[in-house]
Amino acid sequence: MTDKGKQSGAVNRRNVLAGTVRAACGVGVLALLLAVPARRRAEAVALRPPGAIADRDFLSACVRCGLCVRDCPYGTLKLSEAGDGQPLGTPFYNARQVPCEMCEHIPCVGACPTGALDKGLTDIREAHMGTAVLVGQETCLNFLGLRCDVCYRVCPLIDQAITLERHHNERTGKHAVFIPTVHTDKCTGCGKCEKGCVLDEAAIKVLPHSLAVGMLGKHYRLGWKEKEKAGKSLIDGIIDLPDRMPDPVAPPGPERLPGGGFKEFRP
Amino acid sequence: MSAAPRPGHVKALAQGWFAAHKWLAARRLSQALFLALFLTGPLFGLWIAKGTLAASLTLGVLPLTDPLVALQSLLAGHMLETSALVGAAIVLAAYAIVGGRAYCAWVCPVNVVTDFAAWLRARLGLKDGLGLDRRLRFLILGGALVASAATGTIAWEFVNPVTILHRGLVYGSLFGAGAALFVTLAVFLFDLGIAARGWCTHLCPVGAFYGLLGSRSLVRVAARGRDACDNCMECFAVCPERQVIAPALRGKDKGAGPVILSRDCTNCGRCIDVCAKNVFEFGTRFANGMDDGHKAVPPKQDGPEKIARAG
Repeated sequence: MTDKGKQSGAVNRRNVLAGTVRAACGVGVLALLLAVPARRRAEAVALRPPGAIADRDFLSACVRCGLCVRDCPYGTLKLSEAGDGQPLGTPFYNARQVPCEMCEHIPCVGACPTGALDKGLTDIREAHMGTAVLVGQETCLNFLGLRCDVCYRVCPLIDQAITLERHHNERTGKHAVFIPTVHTDKCTGCGKCEKGCVLDEAAIKVLPHSLAVGMLGKHYRLGWKEKEKAGKSLIDGIIDLPDRMPDPVAPPGPERLPGGGFKEFRP
Repeated sequence: MSAAPRPGHVKALAQGWFAAHKWLAARRLSQALFLALFLTGPLFGLWIAKGTLAASLTLGVLPLTDPLVALQSLLAGHMLETSALVGAAIVLAAYAIVGGRAYCAWVCPVNVVTDFAAWLRARLGLKDGLGLDRRLRFLILGGALVASAATGTIAWEFVNPVTILHRGLVYGSLFGAGAALFVTLAVFLFDLGIAARGWCTHLCPVGAFYGLLGSRSLVRVAARGRDACDNCMECFAVCPERQVIAPALRGKDKGAGPVILSRDCTNCGRCIDVCAKNVFEFGTRFANGMDDGHKAVPPKQDGPEKIARAG
């Protein structure tokens, strides 16, 4: 009787332990399976609404309710569908279809209940939804020497985010080209330029900032900026680097054999 | 070959069709109403509720947030804004009163799909199919929470059929052969052909969460007239959580009160509908006295729960 009791007690403990292990495994399996979509990097082409917090944090905050989409007066924002690239149901916009009109009161940010869109953004001109890049340098009409200028004209921050820079037209040798030049510190990524581009496939496209701008190595210093910061030249005088002339005596090479090949060579 | 009479048939003959379907009708009406609140805006420009079941804003003032989504967001390391937190608190309070899983039976759009699958399954005479453990949903819930914390995302929202279907309905993508349609069809086929009541009763972590949330909820179904029970088994046939009925219906000898106290009960009221003896009714968890006037013995932790597991 007591033996039996002890035994069943032991079995119970074992059962409890086994049950715990099984439950932990189950939880683990589920967590790992869910981690697969969760860890997938957001598609590079995702243009998020203004004020969207950093991409890696966005999915911790966005509940995919679409309130930003509802309050967008221009139908710019959409919730992604399977095939749009972004995690299902998250807000994004396609600049070529409907660009951001940069509403003064930024209703989409105001509508966000969770803080996925940061209410710290109060001036839409400070938004960085993406950055325009003139990717089609062989097709852009201005690059070809024409005066299309549409991207420049439609830019809400004309002469700040996009300027026309005059260069010599090397092809004709006697004309100028006016190159639309994006200034990434000013560009909000609204996409009016991409929408406006007259080509069949836009030559100027809005890309996520990290793709568009690149990043200098952290140790890089720009001499002219350092000089400006220091208020004077960082080095006194001209550094005279030692001159390296070719060594007059050739270093001894491997000994050649008369029939060709080298003496030390062992097949 | 004559099919077995469908549950509620006897009651419908005796007391009329409506008596045998009134809670079902009320529930479908409620589900339609909750959907309509979201659809009047996009369809007619009359905005009542904006957003989805994950987070919404009603009449421009009332925020509501799914507390499970909010919990995952917090675990993922994001501090929600006040609006979402207030919304989650309101939802928590509401379901702590009306029964956590009332969400499943009265609001969730997937319920319509899985109820239809169960109905069709019964009509086709299909067997129960794959036997799943009902506790799986808690493993999935745990997995979703762990994944949220580990990956810094609201992990269940990558696959949640509830919000995917609701979003598909509210934003119209359901009708574009997109993810909403696929996921919904998958749930339907799973419930129809693979496991009876497979999704809502065995796997869905949202339901599991709302169940936990309503563990002590006020509104409950009670087998008040259990002495009249003639063991026709119709309530068991229609109940999506069969295990919850027996402790109350048949627990008199064990000193259990007539109130169904299991957190799994969805308060759907279908048992009330089909019972020809009118055994069941809605009440509160506190009206749990024994039929002869004695106060019911509060169910021990492993008392009726154990029966529920076996059921």
